[in-house]
Amino acid sequence: MSTLTSADRALHEFGALVGADDPIAVEGNRTRWHLGGPLDESARLVKAPTGIVDYQPSEMVVTVRAGTTVAELHETLAAAGQTSALPDRGGTVGGAVAVGENRLDRLGRGSVRDAVLQVRYVSAEGEIVTGGGPVVKNVSGFNLPKLIVGSLGTLGLIGEVVLRTNPIPPVQRWIRVERVDPRDIRDALLRPGAMLWDGTSSWALVEGHEVDVVAEVDKLATLVDIANVDGPPELPPHRWLLSPQGAAHVDTMTDGAFIASIGVGTVWAEEPPEPTEPDPVAGQIAERTKRLFDPSGRLNPGRRAGA
Amino acid sequence: MPLFRSTREPTDPLVADLTAVLDADRVRADGAQRSLAAHDASVFDGGIAGPVCFPETTEEVQAIMRIAEQHGSAVVPRGAGTGLAGGAIPLGRPVVVSTGRMNKVLSVDTNNRIAWVQPGVINLDLSKKLRPKGFHFAPDPSSQQVCTLGGNVANNSGGPHCLAYGVTDAHVVSLEVVLPDGQVAVLGGAEDETPGLDLRGAFVGSEGTLGIATKIGVRITPNAPAVRTLLLSFATVRDAAQTVSDIIAAGVVPAALEVMDQRMTVAVENYVAAGYPTDAAAVLLAEVEGLEGGVEIDAARIEELGRANSATDVRLAGSEEERAALWKGRKTAFGAVAQIAPDYYLHDTVVPRAQLADILEQIYEITDRHEVTVMNVFHAGDGNLHPLLVFDAREEGTLERVHAAGAEILRASLAAGGVLSGEHGIGVEKQAYMDELFSPADLDHQNRLRQAFDPACRANPGKVLPIGHSCADIQALREMPTGVWG
Ligand SMILES: Cc1cc2nc3c(=O)[nH]c(=O)nc-3n(C[C@H](O)[C@H](O)[C@H](O)COP(=O)(O)OP(=O)(O)OC[C@H]3O[C@@H](n4cnc5c(N)ncnc54)[C@H](O)[C@@H]3O)c2cc1C
Ligand SMILES: Cc1cc2nc3c(=O)[nH]c(=O)nc-3n(C[C@H](O)[C@H](O)[C@H](O)COP(=O)(O)OP(=O)(O)OC[C@H]3O[C@@H](n4cnc5c(N)ncnc54)[C@H](O)[C@@H]3O)c2cc1C
Repeated sequence: MSTLTSADRALHEFGALVGADDPIAVEGNRTRWHLGGPLDESARLVKAPTGIVDYQPSEMVVTVRAGTTVAELHETLAAAGQTSALPDRGGTVGGAVAVGENRLDRLGRGSVRDAVLQVRYVSAEGEIVTGGGPVVKNVSGFNLPKLIVGSLGTLGLIGEVVLRTNPIPPVQRWIRVERVDPRDIRDALLRPGAMLWDGTSSWALVEGHEVDVVAEVDKLATLVDIANVDGPPELPPHRWLLSPQGAAHVDTMTDGAFIASIGVGTVWAEEPPEPTEPDPVAGQIAERTKRLFDPSGRLNPGRRAGA
Repeated sequence: MPLFRSTREPTDPLVADLTAVLDADRVRADGAQRSLAAHDASVFDGGIAGPVCFPETTEEVQAIMRIAEQHGSAVVPRGAGTGLAGGAIPLGRPVVVSTGRMNKVLSVDTNNRIAWVQPGVINLDLSKKLRPKGFHFAPDPSSQQVCTLGGNVANNSGGPHCLAYGVTDAHVVSLEVVLPDGQVAVLGGAEDETPGLDLRGAFVGSEGTLGIATKIGVRITPNAPAVRTLLLSFATVRDAAQTVSDIIAAGVVPAALEVMDQRMTVAVENYVAAGYPTDAAAVLLAEVEGLEGGVEIDAARIEELGRANSATDVRLAGSEEERAALWKGRKTAFGAVAQIAPDYYLHDTVVPRAQLADILEQIYEITDRHEVTVMNVFHAGDGNLHPLLVFDAREEGTLERVHAAGAEILRASLAAGGVLSGEHGIGVEKQAYMDELFSPADLDHQNRLRQAFDPACRANPGKVLPIGHSCADIQALREMPTGVWG
């Protein structure tokens, strides 16, 4: 059983702040504040605790409190040549985990869902619950971290997480190619960090050891014209969740501007996505989950994950 | 329907109802089949199985679930029965649902890089099928010649090559699941993120307690063009463990980092002559994959770090045959052990990598004290230990000593900041230890997750959560299989 250490104190103070009674929501940096529907006006707003609790680069794990900004976390990790799968878009660690959106370079950095090894949250009853474990491999019991990632603060209020870190590749190079099927470029590269397409241009993040990056780009250059660019394009505001194959055909689905993540399926588009029909039985499980974790409906009232 | 029905008419109404939806030869209530289904590969005595069903379709699994519900019976999914934590052991005469006949690869979609399979497909069969297309299924448990994808999903199984690529969890995109009430849910899909809760992620690793997976969408991984396999020998286990930590700290992410101690390499060499040195205290099998230039650099770095930690020998596999032989040795380690003693108990815990050397010393000390022989072969890159206790159960008092040593190893791993299991799961093996890792509130929330899928607790009851923290424990479950400790 976990014993109370000084590092836990911030967590327990957060638990006391959340309490067990009134409607409540955590406010991060509000970069995805409107996701999941409007927050009920009755909700009291609290902030999650901040700070990096423990970081062992050779273990490739970091323990960080949820109110810490992703930028601050990544600055610390970068000093040891590492980073994480969380998107660095102005938000907090807790917000990124609660929202669960993967990075643009998801192919290279992995998914938020796979990155969260342990989560400690305050339950609707005001108790501190720990799910998962602080090591990189673990099948001890039910996987609460998976349930919490993307739950938008509707099942528990996240106080602290243990994240898997990954090494920043020695070389990262963005290239752009015009008027080529982006899937062909993707297939030509062994492990691109990202592969984006706007219907005309394709952007690839080629990364790894310098020799490999040079070899891959040179090989590609014998087939198509390549431009070196500084980074990825700007992203339109709306997110569509498609299959990899769907994203490669998104040009037939919208007249608006888009950036499609090839090999992943996510598309950022000018137009909002068509509403999708979720699996009805999965929907029932999700509703039961919410009722079991938050019987009085006090956590992030008004919001629903996936709405 | 077969032409001739069994002469022994089923008298059990449950069996009669099951036989009405499946052919009689796919509902087996005979002693032989039921005693096969009573065990898995763990050291625990079997439970008592009810009728064993062999469905071929999702609809048949649904029908079985509904019939079991009507009869107040629990249901236990069963793959190949290679589980090591007793997950598939039937408690309380449940209906056993074998996925043995749901063994088709439904489609391989190279555009989306997803293979759709039935749950009874054998792990290695999938990779063999993918090989000509230039892909493989990354999780490669040592049992991969027999274990099923459904079992892999339920136990979130790992394997030597999960270090770089992640365990099963990272490779499952979608699950069709028959819930205990007979409804079908589709969890996840070909999209990278599904809106709403990640129920797919919650199902993976749930050890058959949330329902039965009937269709699985898995990510397929392109084969890397270049690979280097190194074998490093060390005069102490500590040097090998330190090398592992140093490799990870250097930012190298090998495809595999496996360690074997001397007793293990001797056993392996006697069994398959794979080419391991038998005079080294420990060997490290390291593999890097990728493009030609990069693997060259990574292999050189690994050699350098090994030498800095006093490696006595560093060998690069010179040919595909040599590489295959080394892996064959690694993957038949458990078979090799069977040559030495009639019984073995394969443990599975995880510690932070930096603790590896210390914990191994403790494991030798604990087993010496209990006069039990231990051999070590493990996924060092993940800090995932597999102490293998070998013994002869016929010798009076041995089993007790093995269990006592096992319990101490578990507690030592927890004390080192580790967890109960890295890949074999909790099953009935480690239930009693769950409250040493988790608080009552933690276990209560795990149970809530369980109940969201299975409110009546009819899917594989009596597993994972300790008695007292688990929802409605069917009375019949009080009869735990003998040998379960705690
Ligand atoms: C490629 C990409 C591009 C992106 N671009 C943008 C962009 O342009 N603009 C933008 O706004 N976002 C963007 N994001 C998303 C954003 O980066 C993350 O979702 C962000 O980290 C959210 O953090 P926040 O602190 O701002 O959360 P908030 O917006 O404050 O909160 C979001 C939700 O999470 C809940 N929440 C927050 N913290 C916790 C906690 N500790 N426990 C429980 N619930 C909590 C809140 O109650 C709220 O419901 C992008 C993401 C990606 C992957
Ligand atoms: C020699 C040996 C070596 C091994 N090496 C490894 C290794 O390297 N890595 C590793 O992780 N494991 C290893 N194992 C353990 C075991 O092989 C894995 O756990 C494997 O995934 C189990 O698959 P199975 O088909 O045998 O499942 P079973 O043992 O039949 O069942 C395991 C669990 O899965 C559930 N289940 C089965 N099918 C389904 C389904 N369709 N839906 C829902 N639940 C289901 C069962 O109820 C049970 O709880 C090894 C075992 C042996 C004997």
